[in-house]
Amino acid sequence: MTLFSRIAGVAVAATLTLGTAAVQADEQHFPMQSYRVGPYAAGGTGFFGGFIDYLNLINTRDGGVNGVKLTWSEGETQYEVEKGVEVYERLKGNPGIAAWNPLSVGIAYAMIDRITQDKAPLITINHGRTDTTDGRVFPYVFPLLLNPYSETSGIVNYVAAKEGGLDKLKGKKIVVLYHGSPYGKETIPIYQLLAEKYGFTLSQIEVPHPGNEQQAQWLQIRRERPDYVVLRGWGVMNPVALKTAQKTGFPASKIIGNVWSNSEEDVIPAADAAVGYTAITTQASGAKYPVVQEIVKTVYDAGKGNLDDKKRIGSVYHNLGIVNGILNVEAVRIAQKKFGNRTLTGDEVRWGFEHLQLDPARVEALGAKDLFHSINVTWKNHEGDGYVTFQQWDGAKWNVVSDWIAPDWALLRPIIEKSSEAYAAEKGLQLRTGEDAQAASN
Amino acid sequence: MEVYDLLFFVEVLIGGLLSGVMYSLVAIGFVLIYKTSGVLNFAQGAMLLFAALTFVSLVERGLAVPLAIGLTLLIMVALGFAIERSVLRPLVNRSPMTLFMATLGLSYIIEGAAQLVWGTQVHGLDLGISDVPFEIAGIFISTFDLAAAGIAAAMVAGLSAFFYWTRIGLAFRAVADDQFAALAVGLRLSRIWGSVWTAAGFVALVAGLLWGARLGVQFSLSLVVLKALPVLVLGGFDSILGAIVGGLIVGAGEKLAEVYLGPFVGGGIEGWFAYVLALGFLLLRPAGLFGTKLVERV
Repeated sequence: MTLFSRIAGVAVAATLTLGTAAVQADEQHFPMQSYRVGPYAAGGTGFFGGFIDYLNLINTRDGGVNGVKLTWSEGETQYEVEKGVEVYERLKGNPGIAAWNPLSVGIAYAMIDRITQDKAPLITINHGRTDTTDGRVFPYVFPLLLNPYSETSGIVNYVAAKEGGLDKLKGKKIVVLYHGSPYGKETIPIYQLLAEKYGFTLSQIEVPHPGNEQQAQWLQIRRERPDYVVLRGWGVMNPVALKTAQKTGFPASKIIGNVWSNSEEDVIPAADAAVGYTAITTQASGAKYPVVQEIVKTVYDAGKGNLDDKKRIGSVYHNLGIVNGILNVEAVRIAQKKFGNRTLTGDEVRWGFEHLQLDPARVEALGAKDLFHSINVTWKNHEGDGYVTFQQWDGAKWNVVSDWIAPDWALLRPIIEKSSEAYAAEKGLQLRTGEDAQAASN
Repeated sequence: MEVYDLLFFVEVLIGGLLSGVMYSLVAIGFVLIYKTSGVLNFAQGAMLLFAALTFVSLVERGLAVPLAIGLTLLIMVALGFAIERSVLRPLVNRSPMTLFMATLGLSYIIEGAAQLVWGTQVHGLDLGISDVPFEIAGIFISTFDLAAAGIAAAMVAGLSAFFYWTRIGLAFRAVADDQFAALAVGLRLSRIWGSVWTAAGFVALVAGLLWGARLGVQFSLSLVVLKALPVLVLGGFDSILGAIVGGLIVGAGEKLAEVYLGPFVGGGIEGWFAYVLALGFLLLRPAGLFGTKLVERV
């Protein structure tokens, strides 16, 4: 990418931001705490690029959602919590805010009290605080598709399927290599619980941030001789893990990556050390899906695409951004059915998210068949029972190697409720009822 | 201790020493500049990122590897002289803290410029050195790390020869010993500083390529600077030998601590253990193991 194209991009972004400042009556706004520079820029540009591409598609192809134009503005956070909060404070005055999508556990944690007070939905697709799944306690937070506990359950179920059933896990040894951050530590208790339930031996090893040195951890892993290693990494930690595994003689085919260790950026720097590596995902990669094709035709061919490098269209983060766009837009569309085709308040969009039920037929109608499975959000269940699948890196691309797998939601729900109820007790919160959830302020 | 445990200990130790060499590579860039100008150049990590990103971007645009190395080196030379002209020269005779803050600001500018020019995408970098380990008596040794150690050794030998057997090296040492005396005998300080920054740019390129092959060429490369700081405290800010020995001690120390102390305190300690080690040395030898003891008349 040339310096000129970067400057042109900044100019276009500034124009968009200026354009959105003068928001009109029938517009729905998406403020974005994006990160396009800094250590996690590759993920940020892909995700926010996909999200914006989808919003652009809806505007260009459909003229918005039932005539309501979608607008957005960006504030750079570099994935830093204080900058994320500063951007929130700066952008929250924009009219017609539909939802916040920071794609950062740290920023999301820092926003929970604020968005609850401001009555605006906070979307943490595939990540976030697990107990925010419980809508009785967290009315405005939505860890859509996959919370960290469901991810853990999905990975254990996949390993069990490879071994021939859950009963075959007994006596197996699994090491979890996790990022030394609140995100990385989120799943420690659930892995312990599943190890006790299924009888596998568990060892959880921390990698200090940012994870650019892992010799000691992988030598420990080599000494323990596990059957599988679960990689719960982020950013540079992932390719370094794969390279160090190779260096210490551990096969990539026995490493299962979590949902933030599943992108092209995680495997390309590791080169041949990543061949055979498998990772969980909620959305398939590739550009063959009708919705992605429409984005190429309608948005990129018109010169309005958000990614500088068109080769990244259909990459893991780009497709996640597109799926995130679908979920946000559909929540607005559902809320419009109840409240009218106009600019909605954050609380009305919250109602839309709490009725975000897209079955496989609706997903197909949206052009996303096989891109993701389905979602079924209710006022109580803010995750929406997302299905997962597994993809394997062949050195050039990801290939899907499993069916859609359901995490063990029934097992997880009581644990989530225990945690969320403890939070409610600590904060002195009244548990919400279905009647409370139906009301929405305008 | 059983044989298996002993072998494991040796394996951790060797792995740590080889990692330490990689830290030394970064630390040497700091030493070069500190030695001749008294500036702790916090921008060394950013220079490393800039060099690696420039090289890989040129190669991806179809340039042959030797040509890309040559062109990157030229760009680093230009960068070195630009820094001397625009940052160091206007701040001459300012306090060390002012100069340090200037390099801190410089690191942000270089990081931002690198991403502005070359983008933020993560790049793979294959130097053609295999990273498949080989085994000696049950101990796995990384081919890549051994090759990196060899390159580091060659670079240190080359720098030492340059310092001791060339006229410009002699001038470097004269400036390092006494800037005013060097000026008095007619040495041109600005040209020497420019040359030193160029040398530091060359070190950044070598370190950037080796670290880039390890981590991928991405923004996190600039964070390896955090691994060099305890090495400098430990070895001394103005000694290349100190950077090597310091790197080995930090590398071995943090790996052994992670494996043998980590489990007792919850793990993940190697990130800060290096600084504990450095602080310990600082209390015993404030100038580091090989650093020059500073005596000032007050």
